[in-house]
Parts: sequence; C-alpha cells; structure tokens
Amino acid sequence: MRKILSSAVLVLALCVPPALAANPRNEAKGQVKFGIEVAQKGLWKAALFHWEKAAEIDPTYAAAFNNLAVAYEHEGLFEKARKAYDTAISLDPKNASIRQNYEFFKEINDRASRRNTR
Amino acid sequence: MIARAAATLVSVFAVLAVASCGAAIYETPIETPIQPKLDTSPFQRVLVVGFVAGGTEDVDSNLETVRLLRSQLRTKSNMRVIEADAVSLLETPPPQASSGADGKPAVIIDPKTLPRQIRDEKDLEAYNYLFENPDYWKKLGDEFQAPLIVTGTVLFTPYSRTGFVQRENEAVDAYGRRTVEPTRTYMERKGFILRPKFVFIDGRTGAVLHSEIFREEVLYNPNQETPALSSYFELMDRLIPGFLGTLSSQKIRGLRILLR
Repeated sequence: MRKILSSAVLVLALCVPPALAANPRNEAKGQVKFGIEVAQKGLWKAALFHWEKAAEIDPTYAAAFNNLAVAYEHEGLFEKARKAYDTAISLDPKNASIRQNYEFFKEINDRASRRNTR
Repeated sequence: MIARAAATLVSVFAVLAVASCGAAIYETPIETPIQPKLDTSPFQRVLVVGFVAGGTEDVDSNLETVRLLRSQLRTKSNMRVIEADAVSLLETPPPQASSGADGKPAVIIDPKTLPRQIRDEKDLEAYNYLFENPDYWKKLGDEFQAPLIVTGTVLFTPYSRTGFVQRENEAVDAYGRRTVEPTRTYMERKGFILRPKFVFIDGRTGAVLHSEIFREEVLYNPNQETPALSSYFELMDRLIPGFLGTLSSQKIRGLRILLR
C-alpha cells in the first residue's frame, strides 16, 4: 500500500513540477498551444506571430520551429520555412513528424523553384 | 478500499504524466501558394497563335493544343483569350528575321532545308529560329493590341517499350478461397509521348519572355485499344497544371503535423 502511494507521489514529482514552474519552455509552450488553436481556426498570421514568439523565448524548442516552418509554408515564405525546418530537425533529429513535414515541404519547394526553362 | 483508492490515484497520475510529458500532435490541412513563373500583369489579353506540330498524323496536335489551351485560359486566367484562327506555323512559317534577338545578327535559314514533316525532336529543332524573330511577333502583337503570345512546338509520337510488367493474377484454390498473386510478365506495350515546348512572347516587343518544355508518356497493355486523341488528352491533362502554373498562382493542398 505504502509502495503504491509512494510511486504515485513519484510520478507527480516527475511531471507536475515542470508544468507548474515558470521557465522559458513553459512560456513557449503556452505560445505554441495558442498558435495551434488559432491556426486550426484558419488564422495563420496570428499563429505565425505566436510561434515566432515561442521560438524566440525558447530557441531549443523543436515543436515551435516545426510549427513556424509550417506557417511559413502556408504563407509561401519558402526560404524561411526551410531554415525553420532545418532548426527543428537539428534540435530533434529523431522526430518522425518533423521529418515527414520536411519531406512534403521539399517536394513542394522543389516544384516551386524548378525552372524548366530550356 | 484504501488500496483501490490508491490504485485509482496512480492511474490518474499516469494519465496526467502522459498529458504533461508526452508530445501532442495535430494534423492540419494547409494550402501552399506557388507564385507564377511569369508576371502577366502587363497583359490584358492572351493570344494562343499556333504551334509547330509533328509526330503522329492521327491527331492534329497544333489545332488540338490551340483549342485546349484557349479553353483552359478562358476559365483559369484573368486575361481575355483572343479568338483567332489557329496558325499553322509549319505550313506558313513567318518571314525570317532581319535581326535576331538581343540585337544579334539573324540566322538565315534556307526554307528548302527545313523538314516538311516533323517526326522527331531533331526535325523540330530546325524551326527554333521562328521564335527568335522579334519583328514578326511584335507586328503580330500590334494587330491584337499587344497581348501575351503563346506559341511553341508540340511533338506527339507513338512509342513502344518491351520489358517486364507486374500484374496481379487472381486464383481460386481447392477450398474456394480467392488469392491474388503478383506476377511479372514480359511484354511489349504501346503508347505515346507528348513533348510540348511552350514559348511565351511579349506582344509589345516581340521578345521571348519564357519558354518551358514538358514531357509525358503513357503506355498501354497490348489488349488495350486506345485512340490517339484520347491519349493526347490524357497526357495534356497531366501537363496543363504546369502550363497554367507559369501564368497564374496555384495553391497546393496538403497535410502537416503541428506539435506541442
């Protein structure tokens, strides 16, 4: 019984304090969350603003850069999108979602920049 | 009793843990804008003149291409499409340039040396000089109030290829169960290659603004009887987005994953 209670306390100790503590990651997470909410309502410019802020607050937060890249793509800002994807991948190289986004982006970017002028 | 409460507490904490520690993903649709390759803002009108066409005689590639591009431009561009007879550049080639593009001396071509029937890309190359004649295109542009002129070459040729083709064979076993097995068969397939080159000319100056070559091919199984005209439209359907993408912006729809 005591063991069960102590493991519950341990789980709480591991996860809740970081969520409550005021640090750059939490502040950036708030911006990212709000950005997702407005992006899902089609307000991409507002989302872009929040994700830019998140990336500024916590430059090690891969999700912020991933979302930022998606927003740049949506605005047709391909060079900025590429840089944001590069940063996201360098921060979280094993993240399959970021890699998948980047592959789709590359396909469209190649199509846009391809000049078949011969 | 206490043990059950404690177990419930642990599971609640576990859910909380996943919620606060795990990364949430949101799949969202996006529309990526792609800018046109050509700035068409100076033009209110577009004239699809005609094409140097060759290949199979089953399809009048010049006439069909003119018709198709005009109908596409009518619905998918902001420019007014000029209705004029399609010019057969092969039968009535424009006069040769007195001066070439960019002030270079004109290349004089003896019309007798030009192939009368276009069979391949080499035959078409002989007609490239047509597009380097700013005086001619400017004069044509003046007639139609300085439109954007669309011209070029179209080669639509029969084509065949022999090789292994993967097919799925359906079989029913002794117990009446259906199975599908991929099998590789060596066969000759026939089809067509469509290779248009679109040349965009400024009707105000006669200068070439942009040119672009496309290539698409289709192959059919031996038991398939597909008319040449159907193949032509099948291949043109694939090329048209690229052609339109030169003149107007496009939006590409896709899905991306947002992370938290």
